[in-house]
Amino acid sequence: MAGLEDLYREIILDHYRSPRNRGELPVPPAHKVEGFNPLCGDEVVLYLDVDPESDMVRDVKIAGQGCSISQASTSMMSAAVKGRPLAEVRQLIRAFKALMSIHESKLEGDGEGDGSDLAAELAGVRLGDLEALQGVVKFPVRIKCATLAWNTLQQALDETAQAQA
Amino acid sequence: MTALDIAKLKRDFPILERKVNGKRLVYLDSASSAQKPLAVLNAMDECHRNYYANIHRGVYTIAEEATAAFEAARRKVAQFVNAPRAEEIIFTRNATEAINLVAYSWARANLRAGDAIVLSHMEHHSNVVPWQMLAAERGVELRWIPLAPDFRLDLSNLDALLDGARLLAISAMSNVLGTINDIRPLADAAHAHGALVLVDACQYVPHVATDVQQWDADFIAFSSHKLLGPTGIGALWSRLELLEAMPPFLGGGEMIRDVRLDGFTTNDVPWKFEAGTPAIVEAVGFGAAVDYLSALGMDAVRAHEVSLTGYALEALRDRFGESLTIYGPTGVDRRGGAVSFLFDGIHAHDVSQVLDEDAVCVRAGHHCAKPLMRQLGVPATTRASFYLYNDEADVDALVEALAKAQKFFAV
Repeated sequence: MAGLEDLYREIILDHYRSPRNRGELPVPPAHKVEGFNPLCGDEVVLYLDVDPESDMVRDVKIAGQGCSISQASTSMMSAAVKGRPLAEVRQLIRAFKALMSIHESKLEGDGEGDGSDLAAELAGVRLGDLEALQGVVKFPVRIKCATLAWNTLQQALDETAQAQA
Repeated sequence: MTALDIAKLKRDFPILERKVNGKRLVYLDSASSAQKPLAVLNAMDECHRNYYANIHRGVYTIAEEATAAFEAARRKVAQFVNAPRAEEIIFTRNATEAINLVAYSWARANLRAGDAIVLSHMEHHSNVVPWQMLAAERGVELRWIPLAPDFRLDLSNLDALLDGARLLAISAMSNVLGTINDIRPLADAAHAHGALVLVDACQYVPHVATDVQQWDADFIAFSSHKLLGPTGIGALWSRLELLEAMPPFLGGGEMIRDVRLDGFTTNDVPWKFEAGTPAIVEAVGFGAAVDYLSALGMDAVRAHEVSLTGYALEALRDRFGESLTIYGPTGVDRRGGAVSFLFDGIHAHDVSQVLDEDAVCVRAGHHCAKPLMRQLGVPATTRASFYLYNDEADVDALVEALAKAQKFFAV
């Protein structure tokens, strides 16, 4: 049986209690995207400032409210992408989603399936603190709490790319 | 009135013997859906095993038995809410469908652009969205009775809200706050303005003796699964003359008297509103559930829940003081057994996750009442709700598990 300590790792509680990069950024140059989890009312507001010259995340700020998992995941995401090149950020999103779904397919007992593709997404990507969130997959209803920030980030990247195109 | 013997009564509910995470199941989510007693499980099993057939069709023995059981269930449900006639009970899929039936049949035949419908800020989505859909389609105006600081309806502006209204659609008991609304004076006020009254009694009927004649409302919706019966069946009560004047809702078999290539004529009420094969076994279960409750006595059920809710409100306040906010009336008077609360700084989902470790089942979220949550200024609450099979030990288990959650997330 998965215990609470699998879900609420100390690093997660730390990000929940002391979220990093809280605040707002002027729009523009930053891009603002809101993400909602309609089921539980979790809300993520993401300000993403991308430097078009270097294609780097110049700055990121977050606001919103929600459960510890959604808010910690948002905080960890902000710390992980700040100052990183967009290519790495996109790779990180894929890796994080793979982390969430690999365990999902393991839970459903089809370990063979497309698990190898997902493993490939993870290969060579340093998740660091984010690995603490892998316990979430043992609590399937909470996975969407963890992925909310990342889906919102994906949307912000897509909209930023469109705006610059 | 004989007081309920809860220890004995718990044994009627097989699921309460189950262990989760090695702990005794503490089920505090009956406002969402209630557990089922053996009497209901056995009645449904018996129907499936011994006399299951489609109803109102076959002339063979078991078809007649199934039809008789289905119509007997209708009489039992009618009696349970003191409806004058069994035909005034229409079986629907749930309370939501009962409300939609009124929105599609009565409202679309009678309301036009500029007409107003009065709702309240404490309505469940099932008594909000059907009217919003109608408003968008027909240009009907929606007006809202606001919430007072004591979590009751603010009726100070009721007459102005009802002026020119065609319908008042209101909950008898809030699924979030537990607030009981006094229906009779609301119905009298609405009728004085020429408006009809629909009561969402989904939370009320399972817990308080209900007399539709005393309420003097026009439509009353409730479901089976919140009153110990199965899912998949609910009921709409309305006055016979209203039902007879209303156009049908869904078209199909059973609801017709005759069908020709150029049209159809409708069956009598209630079958006019029951197109297709209904939930036959579920109706039998619904009937068994109201039999079970009637045998215990609804006054005894209510007395037990008043006492238990009082115990819970006091225990929560004593143990957690200011760190826990209760969203609902503070006294047990005119209040049901749904208790919504929030810890300072701890999200409702995290609370219920910790509670699950101790097999304490509570609901966390917006409880399908997002307009109300916005009024309260919170994204979600945790809700414990009580029924006849809960006792003080269940409340104690809740309080202990909450203390654990508070400690776990201590900032």
